[in-house]
Amino acid sequence: MSAASETALGLKESRTPQARLLRLVVHALVLVVFAGPLLALLVSAFNHVSDPTQLSVVPSRPTLDNFAVAVDHGVLKYLLNSFFVVGFGLLLQVAVSTLASYALARKRFPFMTLVFVAILATLMLPEEILAIPLSLILSDLPVLHINLIGTLAGIIVPVGAWAFSILVMTEFMRDVPRELEEAARIDGAGELRIFAWIILPMCRPALGVIGVFGFTMIWDQYLLPMLVASDSSTYTLPLALRTLRIDPIVTPGVVMAASLLALLPSVIVFLFFQRSFVHGLSSGALKG
Amino acid sequence: MTAVEVDPAPVAGQERPSGRSGRSGRSGRWWVPWLFLAPALVLFLYFKFIPMGNALVMSFQNVQPFLGNQWVGQDNYVKVVTSDGFQQAAWHTVLLAVFQTAGSMLLGLVLALLMEGQSRRLTFIRSAAFLPVVVPMAVIAELWRIMYHPTGDGMLNSLLGLVGLGPSGFINDPHTSMASVIATGVWRGAPYDMMIFLAGLAGVNRDLYEAAIVDGASRWRRLLHVTLPGLRSVFSILFILAAIRGLRVFTEVYLLTNGGPNGSTEVVMTLITKLGLEQNRLGVASAGAVLLFLATLLLTVVVSVLRRREKE
Repeated sequence: MSAASETALGLKESRTPQARLLRLVVHALVLVVFAGPLLALLVSAFNHVSDPTQLSVVPSRPTLDNFAVAVDHGVLKYLLNSFFVVGFGLLLQVAVSTLASYALARKRFPFMTLVFVAILATLMLPEEILAIPLSLILSDLPVLHINLIGTLAGIIVPVGAWAFSILVMTEFMRDVPRELEEAARIDGAGELRIFAWIILPMCRPALGVIGVFGFTMIWDQYLLPMLVASDSSTYTLPLALRTLRIDPIVTPGVVMAASLLALLPSVIVFLFFQRSFVHGLSSGALKG
Repeated sequence: MTAVEVDPAPVAGQERPSGRSGRSGRSGRWWVPWLFLAPALVLFLYFKFIPMGNALVMSFQNVQPFLGNQWVGQDNYVKVVTSDGFQQAAWHTVLLAVFQTAGSMLLGLVLALLMEGQSRRLTFIRSAAFLPVVVPMAVIAELWRIMYHPTGDGMLNSLLGLVGLGPSGFINDPHTSMASVIATGVWRGAPYDMMIFLAGLAGVNRDLYEAAIVDGASRWRRLLHVTLPGLRSVFSILFILAAIRGLRVFTEVYLLTNGGPNGSTEVVMTLITKLGLEQNRLGVASAGAVLLFLATLLLTVVVSVLRRREKE
């Protein structure tokens, strides 16, 4: 097979110096445009920035002062809130999605299609559209009459069910061979045991996908924590950035330091689980 | 994954009474699947379906906490649809959704075509270019606010200065604010689209490329007649995802401009939160939200009908 057929543009065709130079320029440009601003953020977080208009791309007199000021403004507490929310939120989300997927993928029961369509439909009902009624419901859950406003649980519980995770998981669970389940059943294993010891271990790749996507989805939440917050005590870090910025004595360097803390966890998760991420993107999107 | 292949063998070797295995498929009592579904259904009921129902009901009411709600028929809808503020916000939302979607897809496609390949350098650059997608929106908004600083020594303005342009007011100037918000959205959306296009490109039949080369088709013609038609389903999926995301855009607008300056970037969602959360006009805000939902629904249905017709 010729190298030319490997890509749509057949960019490998030409090995002339001009073509190589052109490629190098294009790649450098892409890096500068997409990673450049984030690099500026990184450098500014460690720089003495006295000029409020500028981000610095060149490190000068690196310092941790920005972080110290950020910590003085409670950034650690907000970071802790974020971790608390993402930890319990993700745990709940994965548990809820895998349980639901087990029923949808491995059982046949009346109204199954209806349930599936209803779950699919929730993808069209994001927090944004539901913001107003959601804020009312959070302050007084129907039947239970619990007020979740001003509690971290108010952020954790609503992210517990996410149709995307259920769809990815269901799709994957369908392909686990029946024979394994039947063998366990003959041995007298109950439903929960089959779910936890036979089916779940088979779904590790899908668990990776919903774990990574769930993490970034919860970490990126903005409107929901905003609806839940009654004061800054339940702010997550992304929410706190705006408060920091509005504070007149806080320099952009401090905002960038806090921003760095806010982006690191999801970037680290992405870099570590890149494969799951890309896999989820392509399979999830192309099947839809 | 090898376990999947290996484990079934001993089971298959065992005698497997057909009656038994048939029963085990539907084994247990009827409520077993519902028990597994219960947590998800309860959460969806509480945080999706009941709120949507409430939004519908409130959209026909004059909502007055402590005084009791009054049924006002289609009043809220009339108010919303005829108000200048909402019409403008709807127009801005459409503009933003259209240009952000088109910009992200175009740039994403170009990026995917330029960076398709297996070399280590390409893999590295693709990962780096993808970073904006995983960075929280709030961080991106704060970062771009500083980059958009309106004076000549702001980051982007000094770049503009290098080529003899600017300084631009960016998000602070009503003439450029919308374009600036869109640019930030494209910056974050393009790498996402790139990844999905790359997955689509991997699925385009290689033999067709060969055939095109044999036929002596130029690179451009090959792209036009082989690659792009092969990406058709990717286009429609990206379109629908991006358009829905565009319609409900909130966080970046709220943080970059909060609708300003002078209402030049007010979108439906920022307007709804102002009406509902700040002014407590819950009925009118709910009517706006219901309309936004209907727009999303309409778009989804139209695109999926078009796709189905295309497949037949």
